[in-house]
Amino acid sequence: MTPDPSRHARPATRQAYLGIVVALSLSILAGLGLAVVYAMGGQAQLEGVLLAVSLLGIGVGLVIWAQRMLPDDEAEEARKPLGSEPEDVAAFTTELERGEEAIGSRRLIVGLITGGLGALGLALVFPIRSLGPRPGRGLFTTGMAPGRRLVTAEKKPVRPEDIPVAGVLTVWPEGHEDEADSSTLLIRVEDESLFTKPAKVEWTVGPVVAYSKLCTHTGCPVGLYEAEDHLLLCPCHQSTFEVLAGARPVFGPATRALPQLPLGVDDEGFLVATGDFEGPVSAGFWDRDR
Amino acid sequence: MSSDLGKEERPSKIARTGSFVDDRLGLARIARTTLRKVFPDHWSFLLGEVALYAFVVLLLTGTYLTFFFKPSQSETTYEGSYDALRGVEMTRAYRSALELSFDVRAGLVMRQMHHWAAVVFVAAMVVHLARVFFTGAFRRPRELNWIVGVTLLLLGIGNGFTGYSLLDDQLSGTGLRIAYSIVLSIPLIGTWVTSLLFGGEFPGPDIIERFFVLHILLVPAMIIGLLVLHLAMVVHQKHTQFRGPGRREDNVVGERIWPTYAVKASGLFFLTTGVLAALGGLAQINPIWIYGPFEPSEVSAASQPDWYVGWLEGALRAMPAWELRAFGFELPNPFFAGVLLPGLTFGLLYAWPFLEARFTKDREEHHLLDRPRDRPMRTALGVATLAFYAVLFLAGGSDVLSTELGLSVNRVIWSIRVSLFVVPITAGLVAHRLCRELAARDAEPPDSTESPPPGDSPPPVAIIDVEPELNGQEPIAWPPPVAASRTGLPPARPLGS
Repeated sequence: MTPDPSRHARPATRQAYLGIVVALSLSILAGLGLAVVYAMGGQAQLEGVLLAVSLLGIGVGLVIWAQRMLPDDEAEEARKPLGSEPEDVAAFTTELERGEEAIGSRRLIVGLITGGLGALGLALVFPIRSLGPRPGRGLFTTGMAPGRRLVTAEKKPVRPEDIPVAGVLTVWPEGHEDEADSSTLLIRVEDESLFTKPAKVEWTVGPVVAYSKLCTHTGCPVGLYEAEDHLLLCPCHQSTFEVLAGARPVFGPATRALPQLPLGVDDEGFLVATGDFEGPVSAGFWDRDR
Repeated sequence: MSSDLGKEERPSKIARTGSFVDDRLGLARIARTTLRKVFPDHWSFLLGEVALYAFVVLLLTGTYLTFFFKPSQSETTYEGSYDALRGVEMTRAYRSALELSFDVRAGLVMRQMHHWAAVVFVAAMVVHLARVFFTGAFRRPRELNWIVGVTLLLLGIGNGFTGYSLLDDQLSGTGLRIAYSIVLSIPLIGTWVTSLLFGGEFPGPDIIERFFVLHILLVPAMIIGLLVLHLAMVVHQKHTQFRGPGRREDNVVGERIWPTYAVKASGLFFLTTGVLAALGGLAQINPIWIYGPFEPSEVSAASQPDWYVGWLEGALRAMPAWELRAFGFELPNPFFAGVLLPGLTFGLLYAWPFLEARFTKDREEHHLLDRPRDRPMRTALGVATLAFYAVLFLAGGSDVLSTELGLSVNRVIWSIRVSLFVVPITAGLVAHRLCRELAARDAEPPDSTESPPPGDSPPPVAIIDVEPELNGQEPIAWPPPVAASRTGLPPARPLGS
C-alpha cells in the first residue's frame, strides 16, 4: 500500500482492492498454517508469526477497505449543552425533597438504620484482621540464638578455616534454614587487626565476622563482595557497606549498618551464634528502635 | 404465520432477527443514533483504543493462562522437560509457569503475548494520557473522565505488578521483597498492612494465592467497570476535536460510526492484536527459566522490573541515604521514593484539571482541543514532568548503565541525581521556547506560497494535515488566540484566558 497524502481523494480502487484480497488471503493461509503447526506439535516462534499474519492480514484488509473504499463523508453533529435545564433541576429537587420529607420525619427510624449499618460496617472490618498475625516481636528477632550452629545451604556446620581468605559464605542458624530473615554472611578478611570501630571486634572469631545478609534499605540479599576494598554491595539499589567498619553504609540509599551477629566457636570448633543480631535485620519500619 | 406473506416480500434474515429483538426491546431508534454517531478523526484519538484492544488481549490470553497456572506456594520438585531445572525444589506456582512455557502446546506464545499486552496496555495508557494532557482535553466538562482514566492507569500498573509477581521466579520474588519493604516503611500502619497482606513476615505463606485473586478477579473487574464508565462518558459528552474548518465548540465534525469508522476501528483491533502476537512469538519476555526459582537469600545483579515500575525502582536507587528519626520513631528511607513519590505523582495527576483551572481562571466548557504550542506553560510543565520520570526510569537501570558506559555506579547515581533537576528544567525551557516560536510562525501574515486565500487559487496538492480543501467552507479558526493577540487579530474562540 503506497501512502496517500490526501485521504479525501479516492483514486481508482483497483489497487486497494488488490491489497485487501492479498492481505485477507494471507490471513486465511496463516490461520490454516497455524492449525497445522499446532497439530504437528507446535513451535513457539512459528505459532507467533502465523497468528500475527492471520490477525494482521485481517487488520490490514479492514483498514485499507475503510481508508480507501468505504465512504468518507464528513458528518456534523450538534453538541447539546451538557447541564440540565433549570426547570428539570428544580423538578428533580422537588421530587427528592418530597421523599426526603417522608423519610426524614421518622428521625428515630432513620437514626436506628444509620446505627445498624454503622455497627454492621464496623463488624465487617474485623474479618480483615484474620488475614495475618499481629506484627509482634517477629520483626525484631531472627532464628539466631546463643549456641546455635551456623550451617550452609547444604546444612553443613562451618569451621572458621572453611571460609577462604577474602571470601564470603552464606549461612543460617541450624534448624532455621528456611527463615528468610536469618540468612547471614560470614566474611573472612586477611587479618583480624584490620577491624575498626564501629565493628564489635569481640563478636568476631579471629578474622571472621558475621553480618545479616539482608540490606537495611529494602531487604535484598547483599550478594556482592568486593574483597579488595572490603565492601559489600547490594545488587538491588547499590547500597554499599564497609565490612571492616561494622558494615556501615558508605554509598547508596541504605541508612543503617548491616546488623552484626555475635560469633563464637563450640567444643567441636564449629561457628555458632552467641546471641541474636545486634538489631532488627532487613528494611526499616516506624518503631524499629522501640 | 409468515407462510402467506408472499415470496416477494419475505424480509431478510437480518431484518427478521432485528425485528424479533426490537419487538421485545424497542431499540431501533437508539441503535440508529449509535450507527450515525459522529467521531472526530485524528491519529492521536486512536491511542486510547490501542490500550482498550491490548486489554481485550489481556483478558483472552489471561483466561487461557488460568487454566494451567497453579497459584500455590507449596513445595514440589520439577520433573518437566526443561533439563537445567529438573530435580530442583520449587513452588507449584513456578513449576506450573515452567510447564506452561515448555510443555503446554501454544502455552509459551499465550504467556508471552499476555506479558507483552500488559507492557503495551500501560504504555498506550500513558501515551493516551499525555495526548489528553497536552491537548487540554481534560478541561471542563471532562474532569471526571480524567479521574477515571488516571484510576485506570493506577490499576493497570498495579495489576501488571501483581501479574509478574505470581510466577515466583527469582526476579518476581525480589520485586515482592522490595514491595514488602516499601509498605513496611509506612508510619504506624506499615507493619500491620504487610502482615495482613502477606499473611506474616516476608515471604509469608499466602502472598501468591492472594495476588492471584487480585490479579485475575478484583482488579480486572474494577478495570472493566471503569472502562465502561470511561467510554460511556466519551459517548455521552461526545469526543473533543481539533480546530478546523467548520469545527466549533457547539458541534462535532468527523466520520459516522457506521460503516467506515467501525471497520477502521475493527482493523485497528486486529492490527494491535497481530503486533502483540508477533511480539509474543518472536520477542522473548520474562524468561523465568533463566532466573530460576525464588530463593530469599539470593538475588542477581541487573534486576529490573517491567518498564512501568522502572521509575519507582529508579527513585529508590537515586534517593540519598536519608531517614527521619524523632522520639524513638523513624521514617525509613524507602518511604520517600516508594510511598511519597507515587502518592505525589498520582495526587497531582488527579488534581491537575482543577489546579490548571485555578491557575488560568478558565472554568469554561471546552470541546475544541488546544495544540500543545497554544499553551506554552502547560506544554513546558508536561514536558518537564515527562523528562523527570524518564530520568528516574534511567536510574532504574543504573547498574546496567554503569556496565555499559564503563563508569562507576557511584558516578552514574550522582549524574542521575543532578540530571533529575537539570534535565526537566532544561526540557521545560526548550519546550516553552519551541511553543512560542511555533505559535509565532503560525501568526505570520499569510504567505502566498504557503497558504493561498480561500476560494482563489486551486487547493494545495499535498498537505499532510487532514483538511486540504478550504473551498466553500468556513475559514479556519486559526491562528490560535495566543498568537492571534500578538498580530492584533481577534481571537477566534475564547479560551478563557
